[in-house]
Amino acid sequence: MLLKLKGGTIYDPAHGLNGKVGDLWVRDGRIVAGPVPGERVDQEYDLTGRVVMAGAVDMHTHIGGGKLNIARAMLPEDHRRDLVSRTAITRASCGHAAPGTLAAGYRYATMGYTACFEPAILPVNARQAHLEMGDTPMVDKGGYAMLGSDDFLLRLLAAGEPQARINDYVAWTLQATRCLAIKVVNPGGISAFKFNQRKLDLDEKHSYYPITPRDVVRTLTRALDELGVPHPLHVHGCNLGVPGNADTTLATMGATEGHRIHLTHIQFHSYGTEGDRHFSSGAARVAEAIRSNPHVSCDVGQLMFGPTVTASGDTMAQYRNAPFGHPKKYTSMDIECDAGCGVVPFRYSDKNFVNALQWAVGLEIFLLVDDPWRVLLTTDHPNGAPFTSYPELIRLLMDRTFRNERLAQINADARALTTLGSIEREYSLFEIAILTRAGPARILGLSDHGHLGPGAVADVAVYRDDPDRQKMFTAPEYVFKGGELVARDGQVVKVTWGKYHAVAPSYDKGIERRLKEYFDRYMTMRMENFPISEDEMHAFGQGVDLVSHPCRT
Amino acid sequence: MPFGGPKTQRRASKLLAPAPLWCYAVPLMAPPTKSTEIRDVSCPFCGLVCDDLVVTAAADRLAVGANGCRISEAAFARAAGEAQPRVNGKATPLDVAAKEAAKLLRGAHQPLFAGLGSDAAGARAAGRLAERCGGVLDHMNSAAALRNLFVLQDRGWMTTTMSEVRNRADLLVVAGTDIVSRFPRFFERCIANSETLFAKDRRCEVICLGPALPGGTKLSGPAPRVVACDVSRLHEALGVIRALLGGRPLQAKEAAGVPLAVWNEVTEKMRTARYGVLAWAVADFDFPHAELTVHALCDLIRDLNQTTRFSGFPLGGSEGDLTADAVGLWQTGFGSRTSLGRGTPEYDPYHLSTRGLLERGEADVLFWISSFDQTRTPPSTTIPTIVLGAAGMALKKEPAVFIPVGTPGVDHAGHLFRTDRVVAIPLRQLRRSGLPSVAEAIGAIEAAW
Repeated sequence: MLLKLKGGTIYDPAHGLNGKVGDLWVRDGRIVAGPVPGERVDQEYDLTGRVVMAGAVDMHTHIGGGKLNIARAMLPEDHRRDLVSRTAITRASCGHAAPGTLAAGYRYATMGYTACFEPAILPVNARQAHLEMGDTPMVDKGGYAMLGSDDFLLRLLAAGEPQARINDYVAWTLQATRCLAIKVVNPGGISAFKFNQRKLDLDEKHSYYPITPRDVVRTLTRALDELGVPHPLHVHGCNLGVPGNADTTLATMGATEGHRIHLTHIQFHSYGTEGDRHFSSGAARVAEAIRSNPHVSCDVGQLMFGPTVTASGDTMAQYRNAPFGHPKKYTSMDIECDAGCGVVPFRYSDKNFVNALQWAVGLEIFLLVDDPWRVLLTTDHPNGAPFTSYPELIRLLMDRTFRNERLAQINADARALTTLGSIEREYSLFEIAILTRAGPARILGLSDHGHLGPGAVADVAVYRDDPDRQKMFTAPEYVFKGGELVARDGQVVKVTWGKYHAVAPSYDKGIERRLKEYFDRYMTMRMENFPISEDEMHAFGQGVDLVSHPCRT
Repeated sequence: MPFGGPKTQRRASKLLAPAPLWCYAVPLMAPPTKSTEIRDVSCPFCGLVCDDLVVTAAADRLAVGANGCRISEAAFARAAGEAQPRVNGKATPLDVAAKEAAKLLRGAHQPLFAGLGSDAAGARAAGRLAERCGGVLDHMNSAAALRNLFVLQDRGWMTTTMSEVRNRADLLVVAGTDIVSRFPRFFERCIANSETLFAKDRRCEVICLGPALPGGTKLSGPAPRVVACDVSRLHEALGVIRALLGGRPLQAKEAAGVPLAVWNEVTEKMRTARYGVLAWAVADFDFPHAELTVHALCDLIRDLNQTTRFSGFPLGGSEGDLTADAVGLWQTGFGSRTSLGRGTPEYDPYHLSTRGLLERGEADVLFWISSFDQTRTPPSTTIPTIVLGAAGMALKKEPAVFIPVGTPGVDHAGHLFRTDRVVAIPLRQLRRSGLPSVAEAIGAIEAAW
């Protein structure tokens, strides 16, 4: 079947298309160059005057896994405030800060998103993460496996094992957990907390293992590059939320010895200590460091005002944050000599000095870094804000007047500490397309997503060109997934199930002997039962394909 | 009837078309045909979900050879029961029974999906079917499970998992249970080991608040200190311990019938532990407002974490209760005691209990699922009952429809969440009994809709 999407205004940064009026052709779920001679057009959409982009890609969103389910258990009142009714084709679900997987999938799709990635999968919890993503309709999905506080790795590092062993273990983990990338959260810090260590700086020694977070960052960034995994090590750095942590962020950039690194939700890691309250914006220094370090990419993790919940692997930071939560609930878990998790609900307020400054810091980072390929759009859903706030965030980036109106309403002391009011830049549609689709797809190595060239999957979002960019990006007029119309004007019109994405770098099987001994002696699950089979992935995901992306060797 | 919805709201939906049957059967390993020894078998019969069993299979009879316990030995030895479905007592093929079940559910105003003893695939299928008919979902263990869930909803908690206990715990305080009656291998797997990641000769002290451990329970340290007390008075002791910990003045001379001096010693042990664990089993907290006792346990744990590391270890997860709740939570935001009758999920732990709905006549069809334990039969009721029960289940009253189902981890593969909630263990198929899984049986009902 040949589908023609006619006359739209196309923004496809991967191919340099900046508002070029043209046609898109779709056959068998992919974009093609055009009809073959004699081929009939089966269906046509007139997209005159519409803004056309590839389906958006959220490369850091907590959509699946144990910690989010803990958040759901903790917040029935959040669910009750936002119930989702069933329709003829969609199921009942709920939730604003910790939505059900069904609601999350439907809402992402109606917003024009066609792929979402869970960034913090504990290897021992990977089955649950894939089950939850498997129950997330509409979008393609995948996850990043967490390493860096697992005792197996820390023992390898403490024993001075060669890099090749680290690489083997990383590759084995990716295969066993069916993940796309590797994440590190507070490197070594989740482990340190189990030893009653309450802080761990980049060059500070873990109280048990004779290693530092820098050692973890150095060896893991090198492992990912040497294995040729497309996405760099995805790093939630030390000292999240701590005033002055911009220093840590800059030092972390330098800890990789030139290997690539992706610093996630960098807003939470960009604070200074100036001013009466010893809390200020470090965004300018961080932005300059991103600019001058091409091996660094980041996503912002923008904070937006309103109630939400923070669900994170960083048990150390969450313990510290718990007293500031709202409502006053807090859950923490130490998990399987693997990692941990902490859940704290928050209500971010524009009248609160700290929250208001955090909001400004995120926007400063977006606006001060002039390379949209390396500063991607996220709110670390739900930690900075639920993903449903993306349209408002896009408007803040594109509309200086709206931004300054909002700025005028925040806590005055915070306003005095931010340069946001003097920043004139407004993002263009071309740049937004990079931030939300072309950039994330490229940084993950998804070569057939995030663009509209021949061969790309036919995931297409079609927007009315509304000067109110929040309204525009809230509900695209059409959303196509694999060439099928799945959403229209904010409603799901067809339920589909997206594919899983993973990588499977090879490794020396010798590591399995080491792991078997480790599991046999110390763990409460058999190593033989640990790796997830392809059959299991089929069962988790309603039968969808698992796409294995190549590693560069 | 506050939660009934008009039938017209519950149209059959395209989304709710049954998924292909292969979706539910996960053949992780081809079942054996002659006498074979199968290693690394997962046991679904208590919340520990031990996955190191060695099982021999011969002519469709299974026997636990190693790493079993009295629960698993008895359960695996059970023969595959009669595979014939029945409608009103008369033997019928599966599709006929499914059609009758579909007919009963289509005619129901407020069907109750209870029992819910199944694996992850079964929980997904049950949720889908309940939504199709606008029903209520309530797991057979929900009264106990809610004692924990209320605390998560109200306050949250700090907990740990099995491998952490095995490697780090230097003090285990057991509150109100002997653990082994319900979870026989807990001490063997988590406390008796002397080698850990951090020590070759681990010493873990054990304090029992309430019942003693059975004699001869192997540990890795001195014999447990038993502080005999009534578990329903435990909250008194927890308040006293928190006061002692916080240096607050106390007038009480005893708590829960035990002198203050004893609580002083217990407090000191807890305060000086390096990685303390406080374990409880909600199934053993069978007294009114037991969630307040769980709340007090968790508040004490939080206090202890101001200076040291201490974690709770809630024991549960039998009959797939954690699995059913996990699936419901991630799909709709709510687990047991949730109605889908009015098109959005409505959670009401007080009104939507199985017993309450049946007693007040607020359910008109009972759909009972129990695939692990033949003795967990449906409550007695006069409303039409559909039972997806472990084959061989003996029912006091013949239901309208009986579909014998396989047991996950024995008759078909699947997944089950362990007591520590974040570990989902893969289950295998060990024999070919021809019994459908719960998910397959529900698929047949949906196909007959």
